[in-house]
Amino acid sequence: MPVEIVDADPAQLRVELRGIGKHFGGTPVLSDIDLVIEPGSVHGLVGENGAGKSTLSKIIAGLLVANEGTLLIDGKEVSFRSPREALGHGIATIAQELALVPALTVAENVFLGTEPRRAGFVRRRRLRARFLALARETGFELDPDAVVGGLRTADQQKVEILRALARGASFIIMDEPTAALSGHDAERLHGVVRQLADSGRTVLLISHFLSEVLDLCDTVTILRDGRLIRTAPAAEETEATLIEGMLGRSLGSVFPDKSPAEPDTDEVLRVADLVAPGVNGVSFTVRAGEIVGLAGLIGAGRSEIAHAIYGAARRSSGSVEMAGASTSRGSIASAQRGGMFLIPESRKEQGLLPQRAVRENVTLSDLARIARLSWVRRRAERGHVRDMLERVTVQGDARRTVSSLSGGNQQKVLFARALQRPRRLLIADEPTRGVDVGSRRAIYDLISARAKEGIGVLVISSDVEEVIGLAHRVLVVRGGRIVDELTGDRMTEQNVLHAAFTEAIPVHPTPPSEDA
Amino acid sequence: MTDNTPAFERSATGFAGLWRGVPWSSLAIVGPFVLLFAVLSIASPSFLTPLNLTNLLDRQSGILIIAAASTLVLIAGGIDLSVGATYMLASVVCAHFVLTSGTWVGVIAALAAGLIIGLLNGVISTYLRVSPLIATLAMSFIISGATMLVQQGRLLNLTSADYDDFKAIAQTRFIGLPASVWIAVIVIVVLAVVLARTTGGRYIYAAGGNAEAARLAGIRVNLTQIATFAVTGVAAAIAGILDTARTSGVPTTSAVATTITFTVLAGIVVGGTSIFGGEGAVWRTVIGVLFIALIYNGFNLLRIDPLFQQIALGTILLVAVGVDAWSRARKR
Repeated sequence: MPVEIVDADPAQLRVELRGIGKHFGGTPVLSDIDLVIEPGSVHGLVGENGAGKSTLSKIIAGLLVANEGTLLIDGKEVSFRSPREALGHGIATIAQELALVPALTVAENVFLGTEPRRAGFVRRRRLRARFLALARETGFELDPDAVVGGLRTADQQKVEILRALARGASFIIMDEPTAALSGHDAERLHGVVRQLADSGRTVLLISHFLSEVLDLCDTVTILRDGRLIRTAPAAEETEATLIEGMLGRSLGSVFPDKSPAEPDTDEVLRVADLVAPGVNGVSFTVRAGEIVGLAGLIGAGRSEIAHAIYGAARRSSGSVEMAGASTSRGSIASAQRGGMFLIPESRKEQGLLPQRAVRENVTLSDLARIARLSWVRRRAERGHVRDMLERVTVQGDARRTVSSLSGGNQQKVLFARALQRPRRLLIADEPTRGVDVGSRRAIYDLISARAKEGIGVLVISSDVEEVIGLAHRVLVVRGGRIVDELTGDRMTEQNVLHAAFTEAIPVHPTPPSEDA
Repeated sequence: MTDNTPAFERSATGFAGLWRGVPWSSLAIVGPFVLLFAVLSIASPSFLTPLNLTNLLDRQSGILIIAAASTLVLIAGGIDLSVGATYMLASVVCAHFVLTSGTWVGVIAALAAGLIIGLLNGVISTYLRVSPLIATLAMSFIISGATMLVQQGRLLNLTSADYDDFKAIAQTRFIGLPASVWIAVIVIVVLAVVLARTTGGRYIYAAGGNAEAARLAGIRVNLTQIATFAVTGVAAAIAGILDTARTSGVPTTSAVATTITFTVLAGIVVGGTSIFGGEGAVWRTVIGVLFIALIYNGFNLLRIDPLFQQIALGTILLVAVGVDAWSRARKR
């Protein structure tokens, strides 16, 4: 693909979607999206986790191909088969995870692969001159000779943006650009977005921070459940109207009946002033038979709280008590002895041994139960696993490798692991992510059945509906802290989203290190 | 017991499913091994003789012991490049103490040296977070230096009849086979059973297959990996002791260390244990090591230029690693 360095005014792109629909294996994630993104504007895209924002942006960026509808650029129908083709039309994405070469300088990164060269040698002066021209045009202040690995994240994002511009991009998609930034750096990035718009580029901004969206964008589009709710000038929206637009699903009968938790059961978990990586002083309790939901946005620190409680991350201060007995910090063994078990967020990366049999995956954490003097008693294991799989409703041969199961059944295998022996507290992190609707109900039933048995359950989910449908009490997490506790009638999606979305940027008492 | 029947035979549907489900990497070595064995039996009259096969096993006993233990390290997600150096050190330490203090002092000193090196390898590559590749490579230089310090340029000759007690450790014959072969068989069976049937074996597969999942399930991944290194250090020492007793002397050049390390790794990989961890088996390693030994043996018996041995070994190694990488890529 020929890459031109654009020195003159960038071409203005008018991106239009007509009836765009996308489904993954029968599950629709986007349907019938009509949207026009005007050139030279900052266009915001908001919605709950899973509303389809990222899918929509990926279709525009050429990472995904729509199943229905057409994509038009300057009135001409296009279909991108790769991000390269999208870039050829001037569309680039700045991903959350930056793809820079840390050991190279700013200028080298910007022109990586398109360096001006002669006979194989990079023409350094020319490289510098081009960089300065580009920087002047956008108003970005960056030292061309600084090594990228030593820059702050916000500046690295600038480098990434400049690289896109150097390849001729005039339509920039930014997916949660400030999620990883501290307040000050987020401010700087806001400046960058404005400069891009001022220089005639178009920015599609996906953000969870509603105040940021209202501040920066000219136009805002609200998505909900893969549908476009409305597109309106940002001046006509408020945080309240945006939140109203983002929710509105009825709580269906997917959830098991919520029997009220016994009022005066014993505390199984008491967390006090917990501080750990990503956790900034958290205190709460879970009682026996109670399902407590941890809600919040992705990156708010929910999983970090779970890991710190479970001993998978070392806490720097605070205490975690299981049924009155404190657990030693940074020790999963101690947490498990106290009766705690974690079903981690990512089945593939944190939960399963993908190459091993279902059976071995079930018994992994409590092999001692079916072993005598370290010798695994296979007959006992077979029977035990059969019982466990029956309880979690997984059929089929336990000798299959676990990766051959569906996502829902893989999740149930992790529940089987958790149920191997009586626990006091079960932490389920994103229990239904990537799980089909049928298994979802089964998993909800498993969770609610555990609570009825008197186990305390901590459910972490990005799906607000799920948290409200399951939990007796919801704690809303933001910036590594619990910002709200909702019970009874106050447990509404509206209130959860309000708490989760308030404040533009969380301010940390100790700023997280940028260079890590 | 039907447990060993691979799961794919039942879960796959139709011919295409059956084809895709076949674990090519695990069958890859058995076929060629049987074929090579048959070809050599026909091509060379001196191949299928008790003398040749016994000698072959006797010479491979040390390699087999080290390779069986190193298989555990690889499955647990590590790698040990210091086994050859540890073998040398054990041999020299053993010979030194047998000459100066007696048979059992020599044996115990050598085993202790192997254990300490294994523990060091394990701790450095887990708690100190040094890549095991680099950690054990660096250790191999340190061990080689230590070996020279102990040896002080001496030949450490044990041919005298005074040391027959020591040499009996490897050379005594039971049921037609030398003790070294029997010891190798015992070590292999113990390690194979530990890996396949004990909780520790399960943890080894878990540590190499998905360390984070194993950790969150409550398994002490670091300790598991350290244990595999420690076992390998001891195994290298056993091999060093046996070969010292078998040959009545210590290796004369440090090139032996490198050769041993790479023969061990080649045997493991040719056997079909993944260099990426989480998969593999001791029995495969045994076949892999013997396969390479058969090639060398065959080349000698058929009087083919030894030059081609190296070329053949390199080619087989590439094919084995290629099959592993290829089958993994298809699973993604």
